Amino acid sequence: MSDSVVQDLLPSPTPVRLLAEDGTTVEGCPTGYERPTVPQLLAAHRKMVIGRRFDAQATALTKQGRLAVYPSSHGQEACQIAAAEVLGPGDWLFPTYRDSVALVARGVDPVEVLTLLRGDWHCGYDPKAVRVAPQCTPLATQVLHATGLASAMRRKGENTAVLALIGDGATSEGDFHEALNFAAVFNAPVVFLVQNNGYAISVPLSKQSAAPSLAYKGIGYGVRSEQVDGNDTAAMLAVLGTAMDRARSGGGPFLVEAHTYRLEAHTNADDATRYRDQEEVRGWLAADPLPRLEKHLRDVGALTDEDVRAAQEEGERLAADLRQRMNADPHLDPMSLFDHVYAVPTPQLAEQRDLLATELKAQEG
Amino acid sequence: MAATSMAQALNAALRDALSENERVLVFGEDVGQLGGVFRITDGLTAQFGEQRCFDTPLAEAGIVGYAVGLAMGGFLPVVEMQFDAFAYPAFEQIASHVAKIRNRTRGALSIPMVIRVPYAGGIGGVEHHCDSSEVYYVATPGLKVVTPATPADAYTLLRAAIDDPDPVVFMEPKKLYWSKEDTELRYDSEPLGRAAIRRSGKDATLIAYGPSVPVAMQAAKVAAEDGLDLEVVDLRSLVPFDDETVTASVRRTGRCVVVQEAQGFAGFGAEVAARVQERCFHSLSAPVIRVGGFDIPYPPPMLEHSHLPGVDRVLDAVDRLQFSDEPDGRYLTGVRA
Repeated sequence: MSDSVVQDLLPSPTPVRLLAEDGTTVEGCPTGYERPTVPQLLAAHRKMVIGRRFDAQATALTKQGRLAVYPSSHGQEACQIAAAEVLGPGDWLFPTYRDSVALVARGVDPVEVLTLLRGDWHCGYDPKAVRVAPQCTPLATQVLHATGLASAMRRKGENTAVLALIGDGATSEGDFHEALNFAAVFNAPVVFLVQNNGYAISVPLSKQSAAPSLAYKGIGYGVRSEQVDGNDTAAMLAVLGTAMDRARSGGGPFLVEAHTYRLEAHTNADDATRYRDQEEVRGWLAADPLPRLEKHLRDVGALTDEDVRAAQEEGERLAADLRQRMNADPHLDPMSLFDHVYAVPTPQLAEQRDLLATELKAQEG
Repeated sequence: MAATSMAQALNAALRDALSENERVLVFGEDVGQLGGVFRITDGLTAQFGEQRCFDTPLAEAGIVGYAVGLAMGGFLPVVEMQFDAFAYPAFEQIASHVAKIRNRTRGALSIPMVIRVPYAGGIGGVEHHCDSSEVYYVATPGLKVVTPATPADAYTLLRAAIDDPDPVVFMEPKKLYWSKEDTELRYDSEPLGRAAIRRSGKDATLIAYGPSVPVAMQAAKVAAEDGLDLEVVDLRSLVPFDDETVTASVRRTGRCVVVQEAQGFAGFGAEVAARVQERCFHSLSAPVIRVGGFDIPYPPPMLEHSHLPGVDRVLDAVDRLQFSDEPDGRYLTGVRA
């Protein structure tokens, strides 16, 4: 492999950043990336405001017992919104359980997004209709599916790509490495976005990996890689957008590490004070992606109070609608448990279905 | 009619499926140029090209997970796991995704893939090459599990598995790869889930599957010389299970021995024995007896003959089916007076 090929695969030595924490423009854009336009940033801002409101409402619903569990992506909205914004209608998203905000931004009905988390047995939405795979709980397994589906698209001659989301902890799982390897060997149009939010539940990245950056995990597989300031919406849009375009046009897979931070605990069931101090959290609050983008857009004269209010009102409407629909007790039919185990229930399942029907009838009587 | 081996029958099934449906893809370790370590995919890459039958990186979870994505994209993957014990790295993909995606999406996504697993022993294989791993898959709802015992069935069942809308773990008894029969390979679109009566008899039923079917057949032949007329049921499909054929047979004969090569404790034979007793209690003249391998890690080649259930072990079990009024002394030990 020539030096230039190796250089092409390697990430930038420091995370790509286009907006400083105070919202000012970082001059110069690394070669190969294009600064997002103001309309693109405005669209992202609107979705970020709505997404943050959704996340707060979901957290509140959990406290009210309407959700069994909710893994918040508060603080990771630049990644979440950019992930949805770079998708074309034909592209697919493979999310984890911490990516509800990305799903809402993709246009999936918020109630459907929360179906699994409220305690139902299915993913809530039709993955084919919205081109979003079920939110994946087993770690890293979904990135292999993303790679396979990307190959399927390529075989069918579609100019589409797949975006697979994964966390920092899951980069230790074998499936992540096998997916990078398969994607490179089969030149699959798939982009892997690692949201490095600092913690795998309680385990900090320093105990997870000795790599200088998780983005360095790409080169060993021949996968082009980049690291990005994951709280910089402009940089996330630029790098992810480039990676997806490249994949769609046959350039193969791309690994992106986004440096971000999980401002909340792992889930409502977790106590983050047991493993990290508040000072660290406060430091990251200063790097919050939403005020940063807002400040930037106001500074360049693109965003008005009216725009912000309109986005906030949209967020309130979404939250009110979500509250109302989530406060209705869902009707789950126990008999539906047998419907989709197989295309046609086996004789044994048919017998068990009859047994449950008898039990339910007896309970009614 | 030509003598066809099981390996040839499986090869023909893959070849015909690849010919008839362009969505069928065959891949795994060494399945391309080499034709697989057992030559089951021999000549397929040459005939259909590297796009349809191809080698993958050496990573079983990767192979199955990649196949899940291809299936989501409308393809029909048929993957080879090379050896039973080498499929274990893929188990999470199989148990958590292959088996569950239909359910998790209320049928919006299905994973109609076939996972071919050469399994079981009797070939002098070194460690990790001879596991009877079927029980892991049959205990996972959402999977179908089939295993042929004859070349004709190998052809038909593999074709049916590829056509099936659900994921199928297709378990190939390695020691029967080279067994031959004079048969025409015919696919009559029979859905999976039917057992076959290999030999009719009236005195007792031997229930077997995969590598144990020829053992049961041989045992029936020897028993016939002693005047015992044994029926042999070849399960073929472990999931779905053919209760109807099994139950009808045992009700006719009133006695039953379940034969499996796998270790016996909590094995598939235990499920069969339980089902038979639940359904045939009033027809039974003796307890259902299981015959299997021992509860040990699969032994080394030089000792495997001591482990594998052979004709003698099966006939010993038949002897214990209380054809006389003597109680079975084997189970009297430890009983307090």
